[in-house]
Amino acid sequence: MSPSDLSLEGRKWERFTPTERFARTAIYLITAMAVIWSLRTIDIIPEFLYDAPEQTADLFKRMWPFDWAFYPAAIHSALIETFHIATLGTILAIVMALPLSFLAARNFTKNPILRWLAQFIFVSSRSVNSLIWALLFVAVFGPGALAGVFSIAVRSIGFVGKLFGEALEEARPGPIEALEATGAPRSMILAKGYWPQVEPAFWSIALLRWDINIRESAVLGLVGAGGIGVALDAALNNLYWDQVGLILAVIFTVVVITEIVTSYLRSRIL
Amino acid sequence: MTSTTQTSRPQAFPVNWPARLGWIALTLYALYAASTLDISWARLVRGIDQGATLLARMFPPNTAEDKLELIATGIFESLQIAVLATFFGILLSLPLGFAAARNLAPGWLSTAARGLIAVCRSFHPVIVSILFVKAVGFGALAGILALIVSTMGFVAKLFAEVVEELDPKPVEAVRATGASFLNVLVMAVMPQVMARFVGLTVYQFDSNLRNSTMVGIVGGGGIGAPLFTAYQRFDYDVVLTILLIIIALIMLCEFASARIRRVFQ
Amino acid sequence: MSAPRPMLAEPVLSVRALRKEYQPGKPVLKDISLDFAPEGVTAIIGPSGTGKSTLIRCINRLVDPTAGDILLKGENLARLTGRDLRNARRRIGMVFQEYNLVERLSVMENILSGRLGYVSPWRAFLRKFPQADIDRAFALLDAVGLGSDFATRRADKLSGGQRQRVGIARAIMQEPALILADEPTSSLDPKTSVEIMELMGEIAKTRAIPIIINIHNVELAKRYASRIVGMTGGNVVFDGPPEALEKHHLSEIYGGEDWQ
Repeated sequence: MSPSDLSLEGRKWERFTPTERFARTAIYLITAMAVIWSLRTIDIIPEFLYDAPEQTADLFKRMWPFDWAFYPAAIHSALIETFHIATLGTILAIVMALPLSFLAARNFTKNPILRWLAQFIFVSSRSVNSLIWALLFVAVFGPGALAGVFSIAVRSIGFVGKLFGEALEEARPGPIEALEATGAPRSMILAKGYWPQVEPAFWSIALLRWDINIRESAVLGLVGAGGIGVALDAALNNLYWDQVGLILAVIFTVVVITEIVTSYLRSRIL
Repeated sequence: MTSTTQTSRPQAFPVNWPARLGWIALTLYALYAASTLDISWARLVRGIDQGATLLARMFPPNTAEDKLELIATGIFESLQIAVLATFFGILLSLPLGFAAARNLAPGWLSTAARGLIAVCRSFHPVIVSILFVKAVGFGALAGILALIVSTMGFVAKLFAEVVEELDPKPVEAVRATGASFLNVLVMAVMPQVMARFVGLTVYQFDSNLRNSTMVGIVGGGGIGAPLFTAYQRFDYDVVLTILLIIIALIMLCEFASARIRRVFQ
Repeated sequence: MSAPRPMLAEPVLSVRALRKEYQPGKPVLKDISLDFAPEGVTAIIGPSGTGKSTLIRCINRLVDPTAGDILLKGENLARLTGRDLRNARRRIGMVFQEYNLVERLSVMENILSGRLGYVSPWRAFLRKFPQADIDRAFALLDAVGLGSDFATRRADKLSGGQRQRVGIARAIMQEPALILADEPTSSLDPKTSVEIMELMGEIAKTRAIPIIINIHNVELAKRYASRIVGMTGGNVVFDGPPEALEKHHLSEIYGGEDWQ
C-alpha cells in the first residue's frame, strides 16, 4: 500500500509505519474475507426472487386505497397507547438509568469494579433488542402495554445511562469546588453544582431517546407488547393489506412529526 | 431576581416556578398514562412472581449440543446478514450521502435524496422486514434488504453531514495544482472524511448486528427465528443461552470497532 | 535585478482588461491590464476588499472572470475548460493565506500533492508517486528549511510558519512557470512573516520563478518585491519599483480618499 521499489540514492518515504500498514491491511483483508464468506455461504432461496417484482407490485396494489374506516375503529386508540408506552418507557428508563450513570461516572465512583458493573448493565441493555426484551416482559407480565413500557425502559437504560454518565464526567469542576468550599451538603452540590451543567445534556438525551422510543414502541405489538403494533400484527395475519398500508402511513406521519418536534426542541436546548 | 422566568443558576437560587410546574405536569401525565395502561400494583407483584419463575426456568442456560448447533447456525446467519447489509448499505449510502450534501449537490437532488433518507429512517427495521418478507419471501435476504434500508437511513444522513462540514480550503489548493476531479477526491476529500466514515461504518455494523438478531422474529432470517421458536415453546433455558451469546458477540464487536476506529484515527 | 518596467523579456503573464463582477453591474475588478516579467517578485498592495485576492484567483481560474484575457506564455487561460484548464493550472503554483494544507495528511503527502496534475488517481490513492518526485520533495523539504524529519509528520501538528513552508514546497513541486501567493503572511506573526518573505524572495531568485504576492504589509512588500502594484477600488493606481512608491501613493491606495 505504499511505494516500495526505491532506488538506492532516493530517501525512503512510506505513508505508514509497518505496524500501521499491517493493521490496515489486516482490517481490509478481514473485511473482504467476511464479505466473501457471507456472500458464498448465505442461504438465499433464488426461487423466491423470480416473482419478487410481482409480489411487490401486488403488495402496493392491495394497500391502496387505505381502509380509512379502520382509523377511528382501532388505530387511534392504539396510537395513543403507543405514545404512552414510549413516554412512560422513557421516563422509567431515566429513573432507572440515573443512579447507574452516577455509578459509571469516574468523578463519582472511584471503585473500578462498580464502574465496570454499571458499564456491563449498559451494554447488556443495549445489546438485546427492544423486541427481544418485549418477548421476555410479555412472558413476565402477560401481553399488553405494561410489557411494552418495561421493554422500552430496559432497552433505553444503556443509552441514557451511558450518555448521561459521560455528561457527568465532562462537568467542569470549578463551580463544584466553589460549592464544596462553602461546605454545602452533597445534595446541594448535586442540585446547584452539577445539575445546571448537565441539564442541557439531560434534556437532549431524553428527547433523543424518546424520539427513538416512539419508533420502537410502534413494533412492540408484533410480539404482544401493546400499541399500534398489535393492530399491525392483526392486519398482517388477516392479510388486510389496506389496513396495513394505513397503519404504516400513520406510523410514518407520527415518526416524522416526532422527529421534527424533538429536533426543534433539541436545537432550542443546545 | 424577581422574575420567575429566570432559569436556575448556581450563583442565585430563585424558586423556578415554570420548571416546577413542568415537573408536576410530567408527573401527572405519567400517572394518567399509567392508569390508562392498566398498570396496577397487583399486576406488578404478579409480574415479579412470574419473573422469578421465568428466571428459575432460564437457569442454567441450555448447552445441549444439538441446541448449540442450531444456535451456531442462527448466529452465523445473523453475522452474515449484518456483514452483507453493512457492506451493500454503505455502498449505496456513499452516493446517496453525496447527493444529499447541500454544499455539493444541486438543490433538487439534495432535497430528493433527503426525502429518500427520511423514508428509510422512519420505518423500524422490523416493519421493513415484514414488507421484504412479503416481497422476496422468508429468509436471510429479506433481513439483509431491510437492514440495508436502515443503514442507508443512518449512514447516508450522517455522511451527508460529514461532507457538508468538509473544509473547502485544501480542496481549493489541490484543485489549483491542476489535479483532476478524481485526484482532488483522493487527496483532498478522502483524507478529510475517511476517519469519520470508518467510524460510521463500524458503528452501523454494531447496530446491524443487533438488529439482525431481531428480524428473524418476523421471518427475516438469523438467530431471531430460533430464539422466537424457543420462546414460544417455553424453552427459556435456550432463550437465555441465545441471549448470552448475543450479548457476548456484541461486546466483542464493540471492542473490535473501538480498535478499528483507532487504526484510522 | 533589473527593473520590471520597461519589459525587456517577453512577459510570462499578461492580464488584459480583466473584469470580475460577482453581482452584475458591481465590478470588483475594473478592466485590469498588467504584464508580468518572467522573474522577480511582484507585490500587489491595497486595502482589503479591493479585489487583490479576486485578481490572483482569476489568474488560475479558481474564480471565473467576467470578461478579459489572461495570457500565460501566450495561452489564453480565460478561454480554457476541462483538461486544458487543468494542464494550465499545473504550471501555476499557489500559496494561500491559511496554507490550505490537507490537515490529516503528512507533510510529504501535502508536498506530493503538487504533482497531482501528473499522477493517475489510482497511483495517487496508493501514494505510488514516482521516486523522482519523492526525491525532489525531500530536497524541497530541505530547501524550505524543514528537513526530512518532517516528512512523516501530520500537517495539523505543525506551526503556522512550518505549514506555510510546506505550502510553498507544494507550489514549487509543480515546477511552475509562475507562483501566485494570496496574503501568504497575513496569518503569521511578524518574525515568521519576514522569514517566509525571505524564503519567497530566495526562491524567485535562485529558481527563477516569478512570484506575484498579494500583501497587506507595505514594509514587507517594499523590502522583498522588485515591483509594486497598488490597487484600490478595483483599479490599479500605482505600478512601479518600490523606490518610486511615495507617501502620496500610499494615501491614495489606503484611504487618502474615502473608499466604501
